[in-house]
Amino acid sequence: MNFLIDFFGNPANWSGPDGIPLRFAEHLEFTGLSLLIATLIAVPLGLWIGHTGRGALVVVLSANAARALPTLGLLVLIVLLMGVGSTAPVLVPLIALAVPPILVNTYEGIRGVDPDLRDAAYGMGLRGGQVLGRVLVPVALPLILLGLRTAAIQVVATATVAAYVGLGGLGRYIIDGLATLRYELTVGGAVLVGLLALAVQGLFALIQRVCVSPGVSRRRKVR
Amino acid sequence: MDEEPLIRWEWIGNNGPLIRELVVDNVVMALAPVLVGLLVALPLGLAAVRWRWLYQPTAGVVNVVYSLPSLAVFIVLLPITGLATRTTVIVPLAFYAMAVLLPAVVDGLDSVPEHVRQSAVAMGFTPARRLLAVELPIAVPVVIAGLRVATVSSISLVSVGALVGRGGLGHLFTDGWQRQFPTPIIVGIVLIVLLAVLADLLLVLVQRWLTPWSVARTGTRKRALPRSRPAASPEREGVA
Amino acid sequence: MITFDGVTKRYPDGTVAVDDLSLEAPTGEITVLVGPSGCGKTTSLRMINRMIDPSAGRILLDGVDVTTVDPPTLRRGIGYVIQQAGLFPHRKIVDNVATVPYLLGWDRKKAQARAMELLERVGLDPGLAGRYPFQLSGGQQQRVGVARALAADPPVLLMDEPFSAVDPIVRASLQDELLRLQSELNKTIVFVTHDIDEAVKLGDRVAVLRVGGRLAQLAAPAELLAEPADDFVREFLGRDRGIRRLSFVPADGLRLRTDLTVPVSAEVSSVRGTAEAWLAVVDSGGRPLGWVAPKDLPDSGGTLAEVPAAPYGTFVRGRDSLRAALDATLLSPSGNALAVDGSGRVEGVVTREALDEALARIAEDARG
Repeated sequence: MNFLIDFFGNPANWSGPDGIPLRFAEHLEFTGLSLLIATLIAVPLGLWIGHTGRGALVVVLSANAARALPTLGLLVLIVLLMGVGSTAPVLVPLIALAVPPILVNTYEGIRGVDPDLRDAAYGMGLRGGQVLGRVLVPVALPLILLGLRTAAIQVVATATVAAYVGLGGLGRYIIDGLATLRYELTVGGAVLVGLLALAVQGLFALIQRVCVSPGVSRRRKVR
Repeated sequence: MDEEPLIRWEWIGNNGPLIRELVVDNVVMALAPVLVGLLVALPLGLAAVRWRWLYQPTAGVVNVVYSLPSLAVFIVLLPITGLATRTTVIVPLAFYAMAVLLPAVVDGLDSVPEHVRQSAVAMGFTPARRLLAVELPIAVPVVIAGLRVATVSSISLVSVGALVGRGGLGHLFTDGWQRQFPTPIIVGIVLIVLLAVLADLLLVLVQRWLTPWSVARTGTRKRALPRSRPAASPEREGVA
Repeated sequence: MITFDGVTKRYPDGTVAVDDLSLEAPTGEITVLVGPSGCGKTTSLRMINRMIDPSAGRILLDGVDVTTVDPPTLRRGIGYVIQQAGLFPHRKIVDNVATVPYLLGWDRKKAQARAMELLERVGLDPGLAGRYPFQLSGGQQQRVGVARALAADPPVLLMDEPFSAVDPIVRASLQDELLRLQSELNKTIVFVTHDIDEAVKLGDRVAVLRVGGRLAQLAAPAELLAEPADDFVREFLGRDRGIRRLSFVPADGLRLRTDLTVPVSAEVSSVRGTAEAWLAVVDSGGRPLGWVAPKDLPDSGGTLAEVPAAPYGTFVRGRDSLRAALDATLLSPSGNALAVDGSGRVEGVVTREALDEALARIAEDARG
């Protein structure tokens, strides 16, 4: 508790290049950008292999192997090779982290749709794209969102390692706290990241409520 | 000045013992948490299936822990568990493993078809026998799917521990960074991925050995499942 | 009219699902494809709307080879009902029904109005329109499935075991509903089932297929029951073939006696002397009350209203089959059946002798 008071109560932590607002913005930038790029890669790919069944085995196996890629290792390697100076180096490992859960959940969501439903949709004369867009995606949406949420939380938490190679973000407090043995910095940084993760959870709960049909989530009570 | 090559093969040859030691360290620090996580998640999952109200709060707490950055947790634990000890790394990773395994255990037990459960009751299985002989075996594929994710992530997450002095193969990352020397970093990444793929493969084999019936079933899977299975609700999945 | 012309479906692994099938499904009639699993009935059905394409032969829809039509366009003109209804879980009932009209670019209001009309037509409360599929029972979902198939008023309807997942009582009511709808709509229907009783009940023509996808027999239900082409069909038709065949013989040919009824207001004493073994007591409106045996009547005064009457069975003369008449005779100790009109008034009595004559004629037919 004392750590938290020391951290959040210190006015020096609220302004300047080392202030919470700026670090927070940096953190949001890393995570937001890498999630956006990962989504643009993984969702269309997941939809495509789920819908056509083509290349599913290869993609799912490599997605599982990609889960094993150590973020820290990728980060130091890329920074070593490309140099610091932009946010690009930190994006690559974070994208590598975010793609597997999004891809696998999107694929599983589409593939898991009741075959009868697919059959009925084609039988009524929907075209391939219409079957995907009007039937499969709405029905698979809870799982697709789950994949996005998982990826988002992992990225928010893992983006902290960027600080090790001198990049910004909330990880700075954690690393600096370790280096200077000021634990209140580490704890404060961890709490901020935890809060951000909670906010992400809340955001996804909201998206879920707005975007998923009550007929799929079975939210509505039988009258 | 010569351009530093991407990889210096002689470094690998010169550092065989170190690499071997780090591999062992990485494996121990990765598997111990998964084992602990499983030992905790099993009874917790069973309890959550029996008493539904337990599930949401437990999953909530576990999810909050899961969303904390591993690095920060390592650091915060330092004063308790000591710098550069295995415990510092194992404790937080056990929590992460549990966060993945708890929903897997619950989903696995939920995947037992109601008619199978009922017929076991009708044949006179005691609750304990039913659990051991019927429900757990049927839950195995889903639990192992969770174990695979937990194990692979764990093997890779150990490396973050290098920032607090004990990270298995992650040591190669900090070492390479401090010396601006890419070879150990690349070796570390490759070995971690290889270890993870190997562990994943082993778990697949374990599953085949434990559930021979599910191998034969894969061909007719669509028919074997109830035809209109409701989509898994996200709350029940937790963070994968 | 749908024409199968030497249609074969062979899969790459060598399995033959349908083997040189030729048959016609006439316009405005229900043609049932029936057979054990593996007989290719569903494959045959799915080749009509090109869910599967044949390996050889042609399928003509009113003379046009279906493989020359773009599948989605073809399917929008053909209603399709499947076993689990296949309703879209994320759409409300009304939007499910309006799926094809939306696809055809109908105005939203018009499509929804059409959907509401159809819900009523298939016997559903329009109040269900705003619900989601998971909020409906299996039988209700199946009715929605039928309404959805009918939404764009397609001339052809394909039904793939649509009623096999519901309980027998609901199934019977869905079957009756289908027959009632068909009498109004006169669609060309191809109906797949593994249940021979359903086939015989619904079909104008029944095609029995054997494993390996070959046509064993194509006939009207009565003919099928009377003259199975071979042992396979005979076995598939199962027991009680003779009795079931009676369902297709109208009862209006039965000889009626009109002298065996007596009003309930008659004096017991006046009835007791009658020579007949049994008399049917009717009320002032001509509706049946039961049977009395004159020789067993008590030696007392009063009217027939004061004596107990034995149970009776009835059938509707202009509507029911000989099977119903036979059934009615078995429900009464008199061994006679009461023929009633549509409003339940007794028209006459069918005695066991009259029934025997009719049954003898049918047995004579079976000689061939």
